[in-house]
Amino acid sequence: MEIPYTVSPRPDTGIHNGKLGIWLFLASEVMLFGALFSTYILLRTSAIDWPLGSDNLNVPLGTFNTLILIISSVTMVMAWASLMMKDFKKYKLYMGLTIFLGILFLVVKIAFEYAPKFAHHHYPSTNTFFGIYFVLTGLHALHVLGGILVNGYFWGPGSKMWKKAPQQFINRIEIAGLYWHFVDLVWIFLFPTLYLL
Amino acid sequence: MENTDVQEVKRHIRVYLYTFSALAVLTVVTVAAASLNVAVGTGIFIAMVIATVKGTLVAGNFMHLFSEKKLVYLVLIITVFLFFVMLCIILSTINDQVLSVS
Repeated sequence: MEIPYTVSPRPDTGIHNGKLGIWLFLASEVMLFGALFSTYILLRTSAIDWPLGSDNLNVPLGTFNTLILIISSVTMVMAWASLMMKDFKKYKLYMGLTIFLGILFLVVKIAFEYAPKFAHHHYPSTNTFFGIYFVLTGLHALHVLGGILVNGYFWGPGSKMWKKAPQQFINRIEIAGLYWHFVDLVWIFLFPTLYLL
Repeated sequence: MENTDVQEVKRHIRVYLYTFSALAVLTVVTVAAASLNVAVGTGIFIAMVIATVKGTLVAGNFMHLFSEKKLVYLVLIITVFLFFVMLCIILSTINDQVLSVS
């Protein structure tokens, strides 16, 4: 049985079902990260002393990772645009770059940020600042990992759909892109909140 | 974005590149602004304003929110409303914290 409205928009919603699904999922993600941001505000405003992020975290590396995620958002949207222009080779290139940049983000995060913190015995249990720092950035890193896995599937085995159902494949890449941009969006708020303030 | 022709996509690509430039500049501005010698409250306000502008650029241009259907806006409006309700509930416990400390 064919799943309806995977390609054409549903008449009553004006969008295909996958897009409505990803927006509802992203709404739940807003609440998840929103709850943690609210927790951060509560912890910070309730604390007698709060360490300055720039004194405890590596701002140049955080800035570098911010730029990596922004560039990966561009390559992701270019992957989608390449498919819209029926250029599959460029799609593979841009999607491959997006995956590479996602992995680079995680390498910087884990090897050059988390590892030195652990070496200096800074753990989530050290204090409230490091507790919320590791929870927020750790959850975000898991989202990046999830995005890499999904994008990796669409770069590799999942890309076979391009030959059989090109418009459905374009829609899938658009959906994967919406998720990836959301992950970028979350980092845009995490970076100044944790690293600079 | 369905049925978008090639010319329209090329126009979008130009917008993506302008957006990227703006995001890169604003990232540098965020870091520079954090080094200004201002009060904590002012620093938080400046950083959040810049982050909101950057977020709007990502959501509007990369996620195509500037040209999305009404239903998506409705989902987001409900989400933002519920987020603020949650924020108010969580922040309403600040007084409890202060009382327990004193």
